[in-house]
Amino acid sequence: MMTPLKKAGLAAALLVGFASQMSALSLNGAGSTFIYPLASKWFYSYQQDKGVEINYQSIGSGAGIQQLQSQTVDFGATDAFMTEEQMSAVQGGVIHLPATMGAVAVVYNVAGVDTGLKLDGSTLSKIFLGTISNWNDPAIAALNSGVSLPDLKITVVHRADGSGTTSIFTDYLTKVSTAWATTAGHSTAIKWPAGVGAKGNEAVAGVVRQVNGAIGYVEFAYAIQTKMAYAKLKNKAGAYIDPSMDSVSKAAEGALRRMPEDFRVSFTNASGEESYPICGFTWFLVPAKIADHAKGQALVDFLNWSMDEGQKMAPSLNYAALPDSLVEKVKAKIATIQF
Amino acid sequence: MSSTVTTPETSPGSAPAPSFGNNLKASRSALPSGDRVFEGLVAGAAGVIPLLAAAMLLLLAVASWTCFQEQGFGFFTTQDWDPVKEHFGMLAFAYGTLASSAIALLTAGPIGVGIALAITEFTKPKYREIAAWVVETLSAIPSVIFGLWGMFVMAPFMRAHIEPLLVHIPGPFFREAGTGLSLLTAGLVVGIMILPTVMAVCREVFNAIPISMRESALALGSTRWEAVRLAVLAPSTPGIIGALILGMGRALGETMAVTMVIGNRAEISTNLLAPSDSLASAIANQFAEAASPGHLSALAALGFVLFLITMLLNMAARLLVWAVANRVRH
Repeated sequence: MMTPLKKAGLAAALLVGFASQMSALSLNGAGSTFIYPLASKWFYSYQQDKGVEINYQSIGSGAGIQQLQSQTVDFGATDAFMTEEQMSAVQGGVIHLPATMGAVAVVYNVAGVDTGLKLDGSTLSKIFLGTISNWNDPAIAALNSGVSLPDLKITVVHRADGSGTTSIFTDYLTKVSTAWATTAGHSTAIKWPAGVGAKGNEAVAGVVRQVNGAIGYVEFAYAIQTKMAYAKLKNKAGAYIDPSMDSVSKAAEGALRRMPEDFRVSFTNASGEESYPICGFTWFLVPAKIADHAKGQALVDFLNWSMDEGQKMAPSLNYAALPDSLVEKVKAKIATIQF
Repeated sequence: MSSTVTTPETSPGSAPAPSFGNNLKASRSALPSGDRVFEGLVAGAAGVIPLLAAAMLLLLAVASWTCFQEQGFGFFTTQDWDPVKEHFGMLAFAYGTLASSAIALLTAGPIGVGIALAITEFTKPKYREIAAWVVETLSAIPSVIFGLWGMFVMAPFMRAHIEPLLVHIPGPFFREAGTGLSLLTAGLVVGIMILPTVMAVCREVFNAIPISMRESALALGSTRWEAVRLAVLAPSTPGIIGALILGMGRALGETMAVTMVIGNRAEISTNLLAPSDSLASAIANQFAEAASPGHLSALAALGFVLFLITMLLNMAARLLVWAVANRVRH
């Protein structure tokens, strides 16, 4: 049995440990899987820098919104901005803060066809609707003179799980195709007219790489990292653009001109000669009024840091940094958070 | 201690046989209070199980109420699943769950019984434990690993080698080759997962049959296989069905392995090589991102349907076991 001295020593050690745990501030967040690679690097670096621990669960944008509404997390992250109905369920109001931008690449696997196949909105929507079902269809051939397309069935691969990537992709298709708008619509999860589903960006990339004749959509970073062939898409101005940091930033600049005050905007099919048509923001969702002063200060400090230091880390992970003019506006918005 | 234990008259030299049963019924109040408390506790603990099941069913029913109100009875008859237009139906998922479980049972049943027979009847005693252990390690593998293996190994194998052969079979089941992500692949992967369960239970059942039965069959002049068929398989039928019930229970609820290989397409098709979807897979995929109350309620309704299907199939299977067991006795 422990001597009284040992017992006292153990109790003291536990108390000190417990106390130090309590005094180190920690924040909790949940939401988008799209932003997770970048966000986890941010949280790690921020902790090294300032000592504040931020726990983040990448459970999906919808689940992040649910957690924010039930006040189990301090902030959320989402790829699809909240509706008025969802916002009214957050006590005290909620603020959307653009954190980063990403592109959705259309990847494909056709033997003999290199990367850079040209597709436009109308053809892409017909492929995903199932009306174009073979790679040598005249519509695809018309856009790609000089490319020999094989007589091969198109296998559409989409997301099986609800996802912000799906939300951005279907938002684009809804804008460019009335047939798509009336049939499938846009949301994080829809009824897909054609194709098989795979769970997560990783699985979609995996299936497309294995099946000859497959086409799918993945978050841009996955296309780069797995070295897949991706399509050049025709933007609103009529140019065929590759997804890249640059083309996403150009698209955001186009959207800046008509940016609403609460940043809730989609900029798919943006105007601009060099804009890539399928990209979107990921927003941090922050309560407009934070009860705990210390937490509020810590969160605001982190958000400001993410606008300065954080943005510099984005390109190395294949995320697009926010344009400077937008960063100014976001910082002004951060300053309105009450705590 | 009270003297409620009677010792029946037995031949001298043998130990008295205790018999608590009759006395408990006759004079409960004469039991020591410790026993009564213990009895109460144990009865309470046992009663928690059906209470839990009823509570879960109630919770699911409450959560799905919005969906039943909005979709009406059509929820049970339509295969449409449209979160954008908020029109939901469970038929495609129920079909996927039942069909993939049926394929799993058809795969694991004969093979599991076969392996168990081989281990108990045709393997030298010193190798039996090793053989059993090899199959049982399959049950230790997490289902996510099965899902990954299915997606990266099994599905490409099916697509490249098996499906081109199967399409030659006439009939509605193998009409058109697909991507390898299909009902058939899901059924086979789940079949491999429930194989250890079926095999282990069958092995226990076969071991429980006394050696004298096999010896008497052989003594009557039967061949090795006839002896096995008469002495082992025939009386084991209820036990084998029990093993299949256990396997079926696992197959119906299997989520991760199924969702990675089934193709996730909510559409009923007789073509086994076409993609499909299952109740558990749909819930796992869509629950995290579902934000509208209608969608959430519809997913809860899918859970309710799964609960009902599992419960009903289990009850039917138990009735079958009872019927077969009674028939065998006559």
